[in-house]
Amino acid sequence: MQQAESVLEEWLRARGETPTAETSEGFRLLALHRQGARGSPSFNACRETCREIAYHYNLLAGSPGDRQFREKMMGLLVEHLKLFVRGKLEVEGLGEFCCSSRPLRLESGAQETETPHG
Amino acid sequence: MSKYQKVAYYPGCALEGTAHAYNRSTKVLGGALGLELDEVKNWNCCGAMEVKNVDPKVQTYLSSRVMSIAANEMGASVVMAPCNGCYHNLKKAEHDLAHDAGSREVVDRISKKAGHPTYRAGQVETIHALDWIKDGVGEDELRRRVRNSLKGLKVANYYGCMYTRPRHIFPEKDQGPGSESTSKPHFMDDLLAAAGAENVDFPLKTACCGGAHTLSDSDTSTKLVLNILRAAEAAGADVIATECPTCHSGLEMHQVRAEKVLGQKTKVKMLYFTQLLGIALGLSPRKLGVHENVSDGLQLLKEKDLV
Repeated sequence: MQQAESVLEEWLRARGETPTAETSEGFRLLALHRQGARGSPSFNACRETCREIAYHYNLLAGSPGDRQFREKMMGLLVEHLKLFVRGKLEVEGLGEFCCSSRPLRLESGAQETETPHG
Repeated sequence: MSKYQKVAYYPGCALEGTAHAYNRSTKVLGGALGLELDEVKNWNCCGAMEVKNVDPKVQTYLSSRVMSIAANEMGASVVMAPCNGCYHNLKKAEHDLAHDAGSREVVDRISKKAGHPTYRAGQVETIHALDWIKDGVGEDELRRRVRNSLKGLKVANYYGCMYTRPRHIFPEKDQGPGSESTSKPHFMDDLLAAAGAENVDFPLKTACCGGAHTLSDSDTSTKLVLNILRAAEAAGADVIATECPTCHSGLEMHQVRAEKVLGQKTKVKMLYFTQLLGIALGLSPRKLGVHENVSDGLQLLKEKDLV
C-alpha cells in the first residue's frame, strides 16, 4: 500500500502539488488518486487499479487463507500503477498523446503542449 | 422480440484491418444467434484519438455523421459498435450533443456543409457488442444453444479502459441489478459463464493496456501488457477474452515484443469473446477467424478438446 501511495505522490509532486494526507473511503491511496485526477481526467484510467489495490488490501486483512495469491496480485496491481504513472509522466513530458498528430502540430507552427487524452 | 434483434452495424476501421477476425466472428455469431446486422452505409472514421486530439468537436461531428446515417437514412434506432474506441466516441458525441451548445453548433454547421441531416441527440441508442448479445439473446437462451461447452477453459475477461470511462457518457451503466458496472464490468463474464467457461478472479480487467502510447513509448506499452499477461497467468487463466480491437492487438503484439525485447515469455492466449462464444455454439474456428489471430488460440482449443 505504501508503494502505491508513493507512486501517486510522485505524480502529484511532478505537477507541483503537495500530496494530501487525507483519506477517502478509509484509504489515503484513493484520496491521492482523486487529487491526482483533478484537472487531468485521463488519470482516471488508473482509478480502478487503485480501487483494486484497496480491495485486495481489505481481502488480505480479512481472509489470510489465500494470502500468497492476494499478495502476488497486489504486487502486480502496484506494478501496473507504477508503469501507468511512469507512462503518463513521459507522455506529459513529450506533450503528445499520439505521435501521429505531431506533424500536424509542427506544420501549423503550434507549440508542443499537453493535450487532452481520450 | 428484443429491440436489439436487428441493429445498424458500425464496424469501424480496426475491424476492417487488424481486427478482421473480430468483424468476422461478430457477424458469424450474430447469424448463429438469429440476430441481424445492417451495416451503416458509407460510414466514416469515428474520430478515434487522432482527430479528438486535434479538435474534439470535429470528432463529435464525425461520430454524429455515423449516427445520422443510421437514424435518418436507414431508419435505425440502435447502432451497435463492437470496437471500444468507436463505441466510446459515439457515446461521447451523444453526450456532448445533449449537453453542449457549442458542439451542437459545430455539428450542425459541418453537417449542412456536408449536405446531410444534422444528428440530434437521442435519435439512436449506441450499444456495444456485449450489450447486443447480453440483451438481444441473454444468458438463458445462450446456455440453451451451447453445443460445445467451454467447461474447463479458464478465462480472464479483459475490458480495457474505453468501455466504461468516463462514467458520465454511459448513463445506462451502474443502474443496479442487470446493468453493467463501470468499476467491475461483468457482461463478458456473464456471457462466457453461460457458455460454460470458468472466469478467473482477474483484477486488471479495466487496466490500461498502453494502447495510447504504443507508438510514442513502446517500452511502457510492452511492460503494461506484460503485467496484464502475468496477472492473467497468475490468476490461472488459459486465455484472455477481449472485446476491444486495440487492446486485443496490443496484447498480441506486445506479448511477442516482450519475449523478443525483454526476454519475458508468457503462454496465455488471446481470443475475442465472439470467437469463444462461437466455439461454444459449435461453429468452426476457421469461420470465426481464429487463424487470423496472432496468438495461437487454435492450439489451446485443441488442447482443451474444444475443436
